Amino acid sequence: MIKVVDLFKSFKGHEVLSGVNLTIAGGDSTALIGGSGQGKSILLKHIIGLLRPDKGAVLIDNQDISKLRRRPLKQLKERFGIVFQGGALFDSLTVFDNVAFPLREKTRLKEPVIRNKVLDELSRVGLSGAEKKYPSEISGGMKKRVALARCLIMNPEIVLFDEPTAGLDPLIGKAIHRMIWECQKSCKFTAIIVTHEIPAIFSIVDSIAMLYNGKIIFTGTPEEIKASQDPVVHQFIHGELEGPISLK
Amino acid sequence: MSWIFIPFKIIGSYTHRFIRELGKMTCFIISSLFWMLFPPYLLQRIIKQINFVGVKTTPVIVLTGSFTGMVLALQTYYALVKFGAEASLGPVVALSLIRELGPVISALMVTGCAGSALTAEIGIMRITEQIDALDAMALNPYKYLIVPNILAGILSLPLLNAIFVVLGVFGGYAISVGLMDLSSGTYFQGIRDFIKTQDILEGLYKSLSFGFLITWISCYKGYYTRYGAEGVSKATIQSVVLSSVLILIWDYFMTSIMIL
Repeated sequence: MIKVVDLFKSFKGHEVLSGVNLTIAGGDSTALIGGSGQGKSILLKHIIGLLRPDKGAVLIDNQDISKLRRRPLKQLKERFGIVFQGGALFDSLTVFDNVAFPLREKTRLKEPVIRNKVLDELSRVGLSGAEKKYPSEISGGMKKRVALARCLIMNPEIVLFDEPTAGLDPLIGKAIHRMIWECQKSCKFTAIIVTHEIPAIFSIVDSIAMLYNGKIIFTGTPEEIKASQDPVVHQFIHGELEGPISLK
Repeated sequence: MSWIFIPFKIIGSYTHRFIRELGKMTCFIISSLFWMLFPPYLLQRIIKQINFVGVKTTPVIVLTGSFTGMVLALQTYYALVKFGAEASLGPVVALSLIRELGPVISALMVTGCAGSALTAEIGIMRITEQIDALDAMALNPYKYLIVPNILAGILSLPLLNAIFVVLGVFGGYAISVGLMDLSSGTYFQGIRDFIKTQDILEGLYKSLSFGFLITWISCYKGYYTRYGAEGVSKATIQSVVLSSVLILIWDYFMTSIMIL
């Protein structure tokens, strides 16, 4: 279980997160929604331990990730996978080597075994035949799928997705959503998906959390958010220009 | 009356920023040296970086070394001939190259070629979240990115310096013997008589420390790159300027310490 307790974070005097509280049950998939610049990616980076909070805690199975020492933190991070917004593929490595990277660096598997695993993973995300290409030679959608394959190859228990469909056309976006849903159901990992894809995301997640002004203002099921009478939530999910959310 | 304090405020702000930057740089290098001690030692990555820092800079070193030796011989010959001391041309050229020009110019060349590329590469990795990806995979970015580069710098610079000096000496020889009609024996006998092991060691120590300095600054500037493509360009410029300036300052201090 992931529990974010009263989390605060500021950058150069600007408070981005001002007391975030959020609980995510193990095995669930949760969409984290909110306006641009509201701190969704920052919250994600706190959950995986890439950023340390100014105040508050992120508890992963009751262990505060910001207070862990080097070795336990490393062990905890090994349970995570993350798909970054731009994919964060190593641009000097081919698609194959990118997916093989965690296996080569973190396991003692022999090269033929790694090869089979990588080819299986690439075929699962529909990228058979693209092994020898470099990240600069493939499309945005393919990059996201390579990133997904690289993330899933280590069988993580918790997977974080930072805008997995940003910048993709609706068809590819839908295909990526379906892929995430299928992988989440088959591998049974806990998923947190930062996204702006509303309402498309409602069909693939168990719960939704909305971040607004540095706080979580809503948590609930997709049905509950659709029925929400909160003016901020209502304006955001319906994309209305008039309402309490001011456009800056 | 607050305008009176403005200069103090500005000086204070710059001093504060300078000290903070110095502290950050120190923490960065201490972390890198710390992680250098622990396995895995990533030999393949070190070899790859030696190829990047050392081998790819070799053509530039070959060219600059030869021409530095040649111009040094040309200039020094006209100065020495006024005192009838042209027989000292060999040792003067060799001593200047071994003790000073070799380590300094080869370090400046590595800064321009490999140092700038290192900063840009690590900077791009930072802004495209590749470093975060390493961290998220529970792989230590210092160990995977910084340590191999620092070791490659320390190992490559003395070798590049040796190439620079040898080619410089032969460049000087080509001018002295080919153009100025100095005898080959006079040129090399002088070098043999005047060059001591201490001189060679001085050049070696300098190039070792320059290798460390260049990779430290290049990696540091790349690692803390911010704000997209403009940030990478800014970091690269800062890395080249800071490395070049520090090479010359550090060279002065090393020379004054070793000359005593």
